[in-house]
Amino acid sequence: MANVISDETIEYVGILAKLELNDAEKEKAKQDMTSMLDYIDQLNELDTTDVEPMSHVFPVNNVFREDIVTNTDDRENILKNAPEQKNGMFNVPKTFS
Amino acid sequence: MDILDYTAVELAGRIKKKEVSVKDAVMAVLDRIDKTENELNCYVTIDRDGALMSAEEVQKKIDRGEFAGPLAGVPVAIKDNMCTDGMLTTCSSKILSNFVPAFSSQAVVNLKEAGAVIIGKTNMDEFAMGSTTETSYYGATKNPWNTDHVPGGSSGGSAAAVAANECYYALGSDTGGSIRQPAAYCGVVGMKPTYSTVSRYGLIAYGSSLDQIGPICKDVTDCATILEVISTYDPKDATSVKRQDTDFTSALIDDVKGMKIGVPKDYFGDGMDEEVKDAVLRAAEVLKSKGAVIEEFELSLVKYAIPAYYTIASAEASSNLERFDGIKYGYRTNEYEGLHQMYKKTRSEGFGPEVKRRIMLGSFVLSSGYYDAYYLKALKVKALIKKAFDEAFSKYDVILGPVAPGVAPKLGESLCDPIKMYLGDIDTISANLAGLPGISLPCGISKNGLPIGLQLMGDCFKEKNIIRAAYAYEQARGKFGREDR
Repeated sequence: MANVISDETIEYVGILAKLELNDAEKEKAKQDMTSMLDYIDQLNELDTTDVEPMSHVFPVNNVFREDIVTNTDDRENILKNAPEQKNGMFNVPKTFS
Repeated sequence: MDILDYTAVELAGRIKKKEVSVKDAVMAVLDRIDKTENELNCYVTIDRDGALMSAEEVQKKIDRGEFAGPLAGVPVAIKDNMCTDGMLTTCSSKILSNFVPAFSSQAVVNLKEAGAVIIGKTNMDEFAMGSTTETSYYGATKNPWNTDHVPGGSSGGSAAAVAANECYYALGSDTGGSIRQPAAYCGVVGMKPTYSTVSRYGLIAYGSSLDQIGPICKDVTDCATILEVISTYDPKDATSVKRQDTDFTSALIDDVKGMKIGVPKDYFGDGMDEEVKDAVLRAAEVLKSKGAVIEEFELSLVKYAIPAYYTIASAEASSNLERFDGIKYGYRTNEYEGLHQMYKKTRSEGFGPEVKRRIMLGSFVLSSGYYDAYYLKALKVKALIKKAFDEAFSKYDVILGPVAPGVAPKLGESLCDPIKMYLGDIDTISANLAGLPGISLPCGISKNGLPIGLQLMGDCFKEKNIIRAAYAYEQARGKFGREDR
């Protein structure tokens, strides 16, 4: 099965991935993705009817705890790495105009 | 004997007996770094002042008897995807080029509580995506055995640093072989424990259902000792399992009589280097001569592990790496109009080509219309692979095979063809999909002077079987180092 990745698909994946690719990168991404998907298609040789998808190898359960605050105010530390901050908050660019 | 030649456990013993001071050990490592680091590039960050200060504090605590464990005072290097409080943590990416965490990963906390002295942060493939350490934003690391060759990856900096005596041991992380393969390429010991054994808290995530932290070190004794220290239950990692059997050093027993060892024929197929094959089969003979029962068998499904892995790992990566948005930490692009363009430009400028490739693939296989055909299909194949291992481990205590089909390739040979590079992961990747522990240790040297690795895999939570087999093999093999070339 040969996969064909269209320009629209690459555009769409770029939106999902929040990546801005230039034309050369888009072309390369198309080729790379096509060959990877062709390769991944090998999995279709295996019959997986009635096989449950396995996300974790052991049963994983939610870890609950009492709703009690255990940490202290760490605002200064948390903001230390922020590219921009204002009044003790993360500063984000304009979200609508 | 040069104090750099001690293993971590030997060094800690000498420090305890006051034959060597912690400062002596740190100075010896820093001197070695001065000599070889320019050529090898094992580290992204070297914290000289911090290490020397910490050496004094640790020495005091050893003298007072507060640090009495088997690693107290030993200099360690940490892969740069584990957060270290106050120390730059880049994941070898531009996007984290200025990130100084305000907390440490749990594995690092455990080491510090055992008296470790952190020398610095080791180079890696960007976000652990790669098999050669060449995708690092900070330049490739070179193999200390031959600097024309790669050290393997993604924990290439950690493995090269141990091989070059630029530290006594290191932590690595293994998502598809990233501890075991560089350990093999650099002639040192590396182990990925059972998934959920070492807390992933503070490990910058790549494929969360596959990632595990583990030791890279000089011998099997160090390996069991380090693993014992870092394996603790941690409520901060929701997948952490409460284990009562983390006394791994109790398995350092030179006896494999009656141990059942399976050798999967499928691991010795096409594309396998003859020298590697011979060295690995000779190691099996050594264990046989010590009383182990060796049997060849068909594991099946081996070739499907790679496409299943790259689907799952890329899917998880695309989701995990959404957090790098230029708002909370890390790099932010200089010029932008509005929020969305800032996101896109920041990420496009901050991530390298291999990371972008996997984010794109992962976003695609998770997108509506393709989710069932690719992502769910891969999870079903994962279930089949796990079942094949369950069957194998109903017959065998240990599975023995190569770590990689060949020895370390030359720099620049791997990156041009991604699929070819991914094929090199064929012997290690299944252990991650099935959650199994695996150890890599040297078992020979190729004609061109590069080390060859032996891999031993065990069933989930059966690290002790592989530690025991590895230890018994190591006792028969004897010392192994670059001077033996």
